Amino acid sequence: MDHTSPPSGRLLKAPENFLDADGVRTVFREARDGRRDFIRRAFTTAAAGAAAVVAAPRALAQANLVSGDGDPHILNLPAHSTGLGLPVVTDGYGKPSKYETNVQRRQSPGLTQTTQASVSFSPLQSLFGIVTPSGLHFERHHQGWWDIDPSQHRLMINGSDGTLLKKSMVFTMDELMRLPSVSRFHFIECGANTGMEWGNVAVPTCQYTHGMLSCSEFTGVPLKLLFDLCGVDYRRARYVLGEGADGSSLTRTIPMELVESGEVFLAYGQNGEMLRPENGYPLRLVVPGVQGVSWVKYLRRIEVGDKPYGAKDEAIHYIDLMPGGLHRQYSSTQECKSVITTPSGGQVLLDKGYYQVSGLAWSGKGKVKTVDVSVDGGRNWRAARLQGPVMDKCLTRFTLDWTWNGSPTLLQSRATDETGYVQPNTAQLRAVRDTRSIYHNHAIQSWLVQESGEVKNVQLS
Amino acid sequence: MSSCLEFPSAALRSSGLAALTTVAAVAGLLFAASAQAQGPYSGVGRAATPQEVAAWDIDVRPDFKGLPAGSGSVVKGMEVWEAKCASCHGIFGESNEIFSPLVGGTTAQDIQTGRVARLNDRSFPGRTTLMKAPTVSTLWDYINRAMPWTAPKTLTVEEVYAVTAYLLNLGGVLPDDFVMSDKNIAQVQARMPNRNGMTTEHGLWPGKSMGNEKPDVRATACMTNCAPEAKLASFLPDFARNAHGNLAEQNRLIGAQRGANTDQPAPTSRAATAAALAALPAAAAAPTEGKQALASLAKNNCTACHGMDNKIVGPGFTEIAKKYSGRADAVAYLAGRIKGGGQGVWGAIPMPAQTLPEAEAKMLAEWLAKGAVR
Repeated sequence: MDHTSPPSGRLLKAPENFLDADGVRTVFREARDGRRDFIRRAFTTAAAGAAAVVAAPRALAQANLVSGDGDPHILNLPAHSTGLGLPVVTDGYGKPSKYETNVQRRQSPGLTQTTQASVSFSPLQSLFGIVTPSGLHFERHHQGWWDIDPSQHRLMINGSDGTLLKKSMVFTMDELMRLPSVSRFHFIECGANTGMEWGNVAVPTCQYTHGMLSCSEFTGVPLKLLFDLCGVDYRRARYVLGEGADGSSLTRTIPMELVESGEVFLAYGQNGEMLRPENGYPLRLVVPGVQGVSWVKYLRRIEVGDKPYGAKDEAIHYIDLMPGGLHRQYSSTQECKSVITTPSGGQVLLDKGYYQVSGLAWSGKGKVKTVDVSVDGGRNWRAARLQGPVMDKCLTRFTLDWTWNGSPTLLQSRATDETGYVQPNTAQLRAVRDTRSIYHNHAIQSWLVQESGEVKNVQLS
Repeated sequence: MSSCLEFPSAALRSSGLAALTTVAAVAGLLFAASAQAQGPYSGVGRAATPQEVAAWDIDVRPDFKGLPAGSGSVVKGMEVWEAKCASCHGIFGESNEIFSPLVGGTTAQDIQTGRVARLNDRSFPGRTTLMKAPTVSTLWDYINRAMPWTAPKTLTVEEVYAVTAYLLNLGGVLPDDFVMSDKNIAQVQARMPNRNGMTTEHGLWPGKSMGNEKPDVRATACMTNCAPEAKLASFLPDFARNAHGNLAEQNRLIGAQRGANTDQPAPTSRAATAAALAALPAAAAAPTEGKQALASLAKNNCTACHGMDNKIVGPGFTEIAKKYSGRADAVAYLAGRIKGGGQGVWGAIPMPAQTLPEAEAKMLAEWLAKGAVR
């Protein structure tokens, strides 16, 4: 890769009449001929390593064209250069540019039958860095969301029997926010993320394949501090139950080890402001590395116990069906995983040339150590750059220079975490877990850049 | 300019001095208080009263710790079921309209073995609650804390026992004359069809109390000349390319990539791709009446019971429009029905009263009266 002068791969804006006569004929011919066998043909071409040359209209070969005296966007000063702009506090809480309205969290049609027991997916294909803007954080509600008055919210800590702590306690939000706090960046991923893709490709874009994933700076009180105040008997109380205040009053069991390590905390802050209502305002549990269902929202109660709880979301839902008909219960850890977010499924590349491949990697067991990227379907891999800081149980952004030669190309990423665990491919994962688990699919994702420039979600085996 | 900035900073300096004095005074008070209270965070938190703990500590464990004393019969359960559960779950717990089916897929043999055989039958569609639930405590706790879906925690202890018993009766686990109670629930547990169907032998529990901490899938980070997966096994068929809406409208309009215009057929060349993008409308139109109505229907969860053109629990919206669009008082009538509910026009299952604002009900009524156009 020549870093000094990469060939241009930028897009040309698509004004009307930009196609020359040849281009128009090409479009009509292809529309007439149909394209039934295109995918198969595209892939065999890629496997053979033959670069199919497309006779693109000349206008597409380079961007940023100049004609006449130059670009009218330079020559003719726009209104924003020659007029007075808007005043401060036009909007007391600023919003994204109106040109960004396509960047939205979205539902996957047909996935759920109600909108209150449902999911919305983060638009990963449009995000930079590692932090998810709070308004684009994925949503998962079991019985609808609420905007709870924080002055009336209470947290209770008690035991499955009275002997597991010295005293059961009640805290107000004022009190919790008075205590010493921590602020940490962590990813949160639904255990069912990528669950639609266990058996076959089912959805078109990385928003839907991987968008039950977000990452925020959370602020709150370590749970250990509150347990110490209550005098918890750590020798006998090896299980912790979090419970929500909403209709579903969701409960999940987590191990005491994660509290003792200081990792688990009760968050009220998210990216510098309070939690959003959709994400549990005013209080949620943060359980780094563990699937999102354990990060109980609208947290009202924590119980310490000497046995796990067999709650609805760990005995009926969120159980992983394995070959032989057994379900895995209390599966919690999100293992090492990655996905290329640009270019990714449903996007288009309008020109050959330089692109930055960019994506996200994470592990519920610690820091991401390396990410490798393949542009040939997994035969050869190159180490990607990791954008710092690389943090514990947090998203890590990776990038790789890539020049698209215009031929069909398979893009894949593979992460390795600091425990040495390597993200498996689809075949390796299915060999052990088959395809009916729903939960904990962390297989390598494949995107096929087609000759047309459209990127397609594909699976290999 | 600089004098303008100096004024507030001078004020800050003087208030800073005052703040320092206050901090010293408060620190003295805290010291005095901490001598009385225990621990480093005096004044934070208080003991919970027994009544408070009883009000919130509702969880029931698999060993039945937390289960309130009481009982409920299958017969009583049927009454409660048909009044409060059947509209979503179906008369026999079989409905797949709103939630996954609760009942089905278990056999008398499963009750003997404690393993649901159909979990190995790939041709069996879906997994019902009774095929999965290993513990009767979970069913009891689930119904008690989260059901009915729109009015959770409103059932009495007797009703929770009764509905749990009725559900198991529908699944052939309990006889018609059974009365379930805290005294015999352990015997019910011994008949749960999937009671032996769970394992904690996996590496996904982040503690030492369960599981084995060992990853089950081992891959290696081969870098060159690796054996790739052999073939393209799955991709989204072209007919589904627009199933998630137009992807061009789901991507940023600037940068290295755009979204594909999936309103058009898949292109076969970069020129065709570009042409498809060029064919996109310049900007999204302002929300139409239909779009507003559809958003409101989704927000208020009307769509859980009403299909656009078809009956689910209640009639489809176009069916309603067809029936009432000729009536002079259609708007007032429909707005009243939306707000107040009703029964008998479309069938026996009542429509409950809705809590949406008056103006929104009227907007929906107008939309229906005009033919429910999308």
